[in-house]
Amino acid sequence: MISALIIVFREVIEAGLIVGIVLAATTGVPGRERAVTIGVLAGVLGACLVAGFAGQLANLFQGSGQEFFNAGILLLAVAMLTWHNVWMASHGREMARELKAAGHQVRTGERTLTALSIVVGVAVLREGSEVVLFLYGIAAQGGTSAAGMVVGGGLGLLGGALVSALMYFGLLTVPAGKLFQVTAWLITLLAAGMAAQAVLLLQNGGLLEVFTGTVWDTSWLIRDDSLTGKLLHTLVGYSEAPNGAQLIAYGATILAILVLMRLVNAPATRTKAA
Amino acid sequence: MKRLVLAFALMALPVATAARADDAIVMHLKNHRFTPSVIKVKANKPSMIILHNDDDSADEFDSASLKIEKVVPGRAKGNIRVRALAPGKYPFMGEFHAATAQGVVIAE
Repeated sequence: MISALIIVFREVIEAGLIVGIVLAATTGVPGRERAVTIGVLAGVLGACLVAGFAGQLANLFQGSGQEFFNAGILLLAVAMLTWHNVWMASHGREMARELKAAGHQVRTGERTLTALSIVVGVAVLREGSEVVLFLYGIAAQGGTSAAGMVVGGGLGLLGGALVSALMYFGLLTVPAGKLFQVTAWLITLLAAGMAAQAVLLLQNGGLLEVFTGTVWDTSWLIRDDSLTGKLLHTLVGYSEAPNGAQLIAYGATILAILVLMRLVNAPATRTKAA
Repeated sequence: MKRLVLAFALMALPVATAARADDAIVMHLKNHRFTPSVIKVKANKPSMIILHNDDDSADEFDSASLKIEKVVPGRAKGNIRVRALAPGKYPFMGEFHAATAQGVVIAE
């Protein structure tokens, strides 16, 4: 029961924090509940499929199918998060104004809902497939452990949802004018962390084996497998001992997003100056 | 900046020799226990562990210090690539059955 609780809690937090950020980033956008719900449901369905075909998936690419698949969906999420931020850079001010004026409706934000729905789906799929495999394994053993599993899994789900809700409501206390700036930064760091994780997965799959040396080690301060480490890993891509390629991917993603945001914003700034 | 680039270039050097499948270490997982549970590898050289999961249920080879998380379904095997390690002990576990599935990689 305890192991079910811990595993489900951990995976739910990881996906839930992302859902919380996405919800905050779409504050006031009509149709966002639908987009997020579709993302979650598609993610759960995808997780069951991935778990069901785990054996076949693992055998692809000389045993590295799992790594490449996960790296692929992470990179897809990075692309979607980037697109959202770039879109927001050109419409963010407008959206903040709408949010303050109307209180609820932010029509401009509807355009990137699909992208964020995909991000939610991918997050749920990645964390969910592990939960499905784990719970299925316990359920297959049957007996008393199955009942404990339901209780543990339920508690884990509840706890994870609670932490995610705290994240969301915490973000909502940010004043309306600043909210989209804060979520833009959170999304940038989220994307950078995902890119670094994708690089690690590619390396574990035998691709991109460059700059694999550890650059620094902060395991004495925050361990990857601690709760703080897990939370920071999900939010800002924390790793106790990142390697060179991971750091390059992290930095390059932040740089790329900032440059793209600047570029789409440039014409507006010029008009103002003129 | 130039110095930084050089530092990264130097870090890349030890990876010239990738792990080959033919000198892989075979490990089994049965009744949620690893055999052998102590894996010795050469330090500063990448290696490969082939994990045969002889149980019916899936498990996840998980090690924060090795930076590897790999699900191996029941009655299946998984190739686990271990990067070049500095001498030391690197514990791992089967996350779905952590009470019994414990092991350690020793690089020397």
